[in-house]
Amino acid sequence: MKLELGKIFIKDIQFDTKTFVSDGVLHVCSEDIKKLVLEDDKLKDCTVEIARPGESVRITPVKDVIEPRVKISGGEMFPGVIGKVSPQVGSGKTLALDGCSVVTCGRIVGFQEGVIDMSGPAAPYCPFSKTSNLCLVLEPKEGLETHVYEKAARMAGLKTADFIGRTARDVKPDKTEVFETKPLFEQAAQYPDLPKIGYIHMLQSQGLLHDTYYYGVDAKQIVPTYMYPTEIFDGAIVSGNCVAPCDKVTTYHHLHNPVIEDCYKHHGKDINFMGVILTNENVFLADKERHSDMVAKLCSWMGLDGVLITEEGYGNPDTDLMMNCKKVERAGTKVVLITDEFPGKDGKSHSLADVCDEANALSSCGQGNATLLFPAMDKIIGTQEFIETQIGGWNGCKNSDGSFEAELQIIIASTIANGFNKLAARGY
Amino acid sequence: MAKYKIVHYINQFFAGIGGEEKADWEPEVREGAVGPGLGLSAALGSDYEIAATVICGDNYFGENLDKATDTLIAMIGKYKPDVFIAGPAFNAGRYGVACGTICKAVEERLGIPVLTGMYEENPGADMFRKDLIIVRTPNSSAGMRKVLPVLASLIRKMAEKQEILGPDEEGYLERGIRINYFTEERGSERAIQMLVKKLKGEPFKTDLIMPKFDRVDPAAPIKDIRKARIAVVTSGGIIPTGNPDHIESSNATKWGKYDLTGMDRMSPDDFTSIHGGYDRQFAIANPNVVVPLDALRELEKAGEFGELANYFYTTTGTGTATASAAKFGTEIGKQLIDDHVDGVILVST
Repeated sequence: MKLELGKIFIKDIQFDTKTFVSDGVLHVCSEDIKKLVLEDDKLKDCTVEIARPGESVRITPVKDVIEPRVKISGGEMFPGVIGKVSPQVGSGKTLALDGCSVVTCGRIVGFQEGVIDMSGPAAPYCPFSKTSNLCLVLEPKEGLETHVYEKAARMAGLKTADFIGRTARDVKPDKTEVFETKPLFEQAAQYPDLPKIGYIHMLQSQGLLHDTYYYGVDAKQIVPTYMYPTEIFDGAIVSGNCVAPCDKVTTYHHLHNPVIEDCYKHHGKDINFMGVILTNENVFLADKERHSDMVAKLCSWMGLDGVLITEEGYGNPDTDLMMNCKKVERAGTKVVLITDEFPGKDGKSHSLADVCDEANALSSCGQGNATLLFPAMDKIIGTQEFIETQIGGWNGCKNSDGSFEAELQIIIASTIANGFNKLAARGY
Repeated sequence: MAKYKIVHYINQFFAGIGGEEKADWEPEVREGAVGPGLGLSAALGSDYEIAATVICGDNYFGENLDKATDTLIAMIGKYKPDVFIAGPAFNAGRYGVACGTICKAVEERLGIPVLTGMYEENPGADMFRKDLIIVRTPNSSAGMRKVLPVLASLIRKMAEKQEILGPDEEGYLERGIRINYFTEERGSERAIQMLVKKLKGEPFKTDLIMPKFDRVDPAAPIKDIRKARIAVVTSGGIIPTGNPDHIESSNATKWGKYDLTGMDRMSPDDFTSIHGGYDRQFAIANPNVVVPLDALRELEKAGEFGELANYFYTTTGTGTATASAAKFGTEIGKQLIDDHVDGVILVST
């Protein structure tokens, strides 16, 4: 599969009477957005707000973040969820509005929705402190079940991103990159002297608000399978979960999967990037055993010399991470793990809930239990009402002036376990 | 006059009192530097003064732990030191344990920075490395000259409240405390570089060396379930409505013990879930899905097991630090034993 990914650099978002992109500025008609979002009768109201880097603004509780993109050819964005499921995505042409995001927020679904600070001490930990954000503050109908509200919020974000993306389909990109992965034998033959590297992408699938979708299929229901890396750039995977905010692989992060981006940078130089093995993180032991066996089988079937493995979430998925690591290494493929750590507030507990001897190479994404003082902000998009019960907060952590103390866990994607950030932890 | 005051702890051997035959030497204090303190004083320079040296025999300390600690703390406190140092103990086991014990006590009770030095395999190193900065030393006092400048540098940083860097930079044993920092390249790029090195067979450095986990052997099976007293313990976050003990939704630091006497089922009016790791909607509507009191009462009535204990024990099991989990297990276990419980249903979520 070969994909041409054009990037339109967005410097700012402005409200306007029409929605369009011009000279690196995304103009948004908030009435259009509101109308689109409120097509869903599960949602009662939607307020559209803009948050820019450097502003004294806090967005919370954040559910998902999505970069607007549009397919020029080769299928439609977010197949099986927004776009048609066929043809498959990952080839043709795609345009991305680089530098801006759609952020869904509003009253809490579970406990696991996070904070984005556009400035101040928490900003360096959050990738979305650096993007211009179009925020949808959602108001659900009374009495909605939590998973119904979650789905309505998820669809509102994806529909908005898709709508904005489509308005930019005639804009000339500032930069175009081409990514290509060939069918298995051809790809192996292209760089016969380089080590064959794969990526085992563990999708969050614990259920009960912890779900991910591949072409619209709930990841709980998949068995490990092969994915062309370019499919992910077109929204083949979308987030549908409320895992701990620091760990959340937002839809934006799927579109910008750092392992795939960096493997392509090394492709043809010191590695031969063969593709992605998708697997899940189900809670049943039989699923864990079956799927880690299948992952190891796919690695040896593809003749991989080495793999990178990432997880989403922590605790229970650590067992999947370790089972995959152990079985893949024993099947003869070398493993490097990428994950974050939760060693307690004092940093002295074990970082992971499971270990294995084969896990001798690990790239740390930082530890999420360290605490930080979040200053009061001039403007709150959403509500701070739930800070004390959001993951990373605690009873009494919030002060009357709106400032609070919390673990880094409360910041969206601060320790995301796929290596997107530069944060790491080391032993002292 | 020196700007900073140090008090130094050494054993009978380094004080020149004697070897094994004098190991029962009782605590004493001497003004100024003694033994290794002389070299340390020279390494520290004129801004620093070893105001006093406290001395204790290794056996005396080991056999009179509390008394020796109390006596020594009183002696040390009088000098109001800026930094306290013990040893270095090299590979002397009892001396190492004494250095660790007194350092920890001084830090806790006098609230001043403390420092010691040991060989990595000294049993005192394992006991105290998580709590103290222990300078890495060779295995015998022949290495004293190498160690003194390292100790001096750390004492200066502690006294002058400068940032103490990592174990490799400063020469201490890693305490196992995980601290964040920002790297030059993102995690995915560093992982690819690590993988390329691993494949070539070149040396690489993992960010996290896998710890050894405690493995607990399963208890012996219950001999007669029809007579057994059964209790429920859960990490599913079911608590009385209102959360009287303020148990956290994630990374819990507490557990609760709540009465089930006379109840046939968990009523949603009395109990709820504060667990931060799953969709609580079903557990809030019916807490029996996590604490299966309804089913247990039926089985109890049918004589399937002896009786249900009156209390259940609960915490939130999501993002819980392993140190907290181990502590909860020990504390709850003790209560279960005291309550003569024969078996436990451990409900996770």
